[in-house]
Amino acid sequence: MPSEQPVFLRVRGVGRRYAGVTALADIDVDVRGGEVLAIVGENGAGKSTLLKILSGVVQPSDGDLQVADASGALQSVVLDGVRDATKAGIALVHQELNLAENLDVAGSIYLGREPSRLGLLDLAAMRRDARKWLARVGLDIDPGTLCGTLPIAQRQLVEIAKALSCEARILILDEPTSSLSAREADRLLEIMAELRGRGVAVVFVSHHLDEVMRIADRVVVLRDGHKTGELARGAYDRATVERLMVGRDLARVERRASRADSRVRLKVEGLLSAHRKKSPVSFEVRAGEIVGLAGLVGAGRTEVLEAIAGITHAGGRDGGRVMLDGTELVGASFERVRRGVAIVPEDRARNGLFLEDPVSMNMSLAWLDRSSRARLVDGRGERSLVGSMIARMQLRPAQPARRVQTLSGGNQQKAVIGRWLAVDPAVLLLDEPTRGVDVGARAEIHAEVRRLADAGSAVVFASSELEEVLLLADRIIVMHEGAIAGELAAHEASEVAIMHLATGGTHAS
Amino acid sequence: MKKALGIIGIFTAIFIVASVFGENFLTGINLMQLTQRASLYSILALGASLVIVTGGIDLSIGSVVCLSGIMTPWLLVEKEWTPMQVIPTVLAVSAFIGLCHGLLITKLRLQPFLVTLCGLLLYRGLARWLTGDQSQGFQGEFEGVRSIALAKFAIPGIENYRIPSTVIPAIVLAVAIGLFLSRTVWGRWLLATGRNESAARYSGVPTARLVTLSYVACSLLAGFGGMLFIFDIGSAQPSDFGNFYELYAIAAAVLGGCSLRGGEASVIGVLFGAATLQVLRNTITLVGLSSQLEFAVIGTVLLVGVAADELIRRFSARRLERLGART
Repeated sequence: MPSEQPVFLRVRGVGRRYAGVTALADIDVDVRGGEVLAIVGENGAGKSTLLKILSGVVQPSDGDLQVADASGALQSVVLDGVRDATKAGIALVHQELNLAENLDVAGSIYLGREPSRLGLLDLAAMRRDARKWLARVGLDIDPGTLCGTLPIAQRQLVEIAKALSCEARILILDEPTSSLSAREADRLLEIMAELRGRGVAVVFVSHHLDEVMRIADRVVVLRDGHKTGELARGAYDRATVERLMVGRDLARVERRASRADSRVRLKVEGLLSAHRKKSPVSFEVRAGEIVGLAGLVGAGRTEVLEAIAGITHAGGRDGGRVMLDGTELVGASFERVRRGVAIVPEDRARNGLFLEDPVSMNMSLAWLDRSSRARLVDGRGERSLVGSMIARMQLRPAQPARRVQTLSGGNQQKAVIGRWLAVDPAVLLLDEPTRGVDVGARAEIHAEVRRLADAGSAVVFASSELEEVLLLADRIIVMHEGAIAGELAAHEASEVAIMHLATGGTHAS
Repeated sequence: MKKALGIIGIFTAIFIVASVFGENFLTGINLMQLTQRASLYSILALGASLVIVTGGIDLSIGSVVCLSGIMTPWLLVEKEWTPMQVIPTVLAVSAFIGLCHGLLITKLRLQPFLVTLCGLLLYRGLARWLTGDQSQGFQGEFEGVRSIALAKFAIPGIENYRIPSTVIPAIVLAVAIGLFLSRTVWGRWLLATGRNESAARYSGVPTARLVTLSYVACSLLAGFGGMLFIFDIGSAQPSDFGNFYELYAIAAAVLGGCSLRGGEASVIGVLFGAATLQVLRNTITLVGLSSQLEFAVIGTVLLVGVAADELIRRFSARRLERLGART
């Protein structure tokens, strides 16, 4: 029984206030060795604050933390900074990736505690040991690879390898699978189970209740900074957890009727991305249709979306053609935007948002170009647009002057999507539309995307989450190594069928 | 406006110090001279701020000042062109220089620092070679066209202070650039590009064109400023005219609240930044400090100003984080 496992970390009555606002109140949690503890809750529920307190990044305003010493007796501690937490055997893997892009993988794993011989870095030892930790997370790459050249999913795995290499007793993961493909996420869950088997305490935050259901021994549910429930394995089901999270039952969305009979809006012909010159990609999207691009990380979904949007140049003169309503799309991204092509990028912070700017500037940027007379900004029009888009996207808090930086991930994503919905794009391309977004916001984003499609736009989205692909897409295109491996209508698709194609299987139904 | 408050405070403090300790500071002739200098440097600083807003830098401003300032009397006197031919030509050359910078930076993806550093060397060398390194001047002629920079307008009721004409282009340009940044789509795009170029591109902003435009504007203003400088002083040496002017321009922009990271600008701040530097130079002379200390004093003030700004920014960011950390 998990409850008989030794307590490594005890949290009693912990709370945290920021400038008078209560972010977290009266939390009691025991973190036990040999157990996987999941913390779930909507954005703004206080999950990140709790993780920050556990890992020494912030100090609690109230309450007490106790860490087990060598004999297993609990001692009250003050974790002032990450260094203290590391000393206490606690390692945190951030949701944001914190790797130095100019270091190689081995250097990143051993950053700050590099093995040395005679005052020089012992590169051979570093790489040898790094290889061992990389193998633990199922990553078969050369430790000499520069982090900056790795795709996001692999960088995340390097971060986890780094945390493992610290020999932490308590491993804290903040949304560890949010940027991983299904296969990589599976691998990570296996690793977490493996660590549990070795007596490590694993704490993780996740928006994927499926994962939580699969692996967690206990689930702590937070809502508005309070603990609304703590459930042991076997005593919880999905509906119960969701109800504790949102305080209500989530409405189940019915699949839309597919609109396969309407006219073709977007036509991609023989698209060759600059990196992959071998396998041309062709497909069509009809008005009102939502097409999901499924596939493993690195299958080429992002490249397809960016080539359509003109962000990356398609490979040279024979790079294929993209037609919108029968006319070829040419030129740079801004010319395509003017014709109604919109792209919501995968990496919001880097490619989507102006983090230091207010919500209003972020949401009105695309609209400005359409609405301005003589290139002058219509201030009153802008204010009313931003107000209505905030209401439509259900952005919280509804403050146009607030810096986007201070919003939660889900609300940041709503700001990026809202920017485009304000101009009614003919084609909306979304790359991982709900990564790092909580269940409530995810449902709201899906509803807005559907509404846009219902109005006659063509929507293409790429997602690593099979659940999302199955839920949102009318038609699913599965990619494998840069080529289209197969196509599935929504009604004939299943997770098994998609994974079969995504992993290189042939279309056998 | 909020961004400009810091520099307005610094300006006021230095102005008061100068009034109290500088014996001839508050005389009409000194203030007139100061206003004129401050306006001329403002024109350069406004150009620099447009480039800095995009996250770039222009080190060639001083050399463009030199090239345009030397070409103007050289074409008028040696080549016997008319002013109506010279002014458009010099401005076109300046704009062309900016266009080259912009294209090298956006199309060839060279770093702005490098491109404009090469420009700094290139245009001064060109100016010296064109003129055989000889001092160029108007030789007492061209009073008409020189009055663009030399005219003074009396204010009714005030006796010994008249407004120098260079104030007019400085104010007009400041208002135009201020409106451009805050009220036009392109201005908004320029700020967005400086804040996050990649996100701007994904949002449909023609980033390359805007960056190029900012370098054209910067060099054009440097060329225009160089012309006004030479109209004012009458003659100059190609080897040292305009030396370090880019640093005054950049310093004024930074003091005025432009972040070298890009995305932030305050036109009022830039005007006060340029004025502060001139008052500071003036004060050093008037209070009897050795003029050899000039750079040291300016360097210190700049450092203190920038450090204070950074500390305030960090403080307010931390406050913001505390308010917004409920995630």
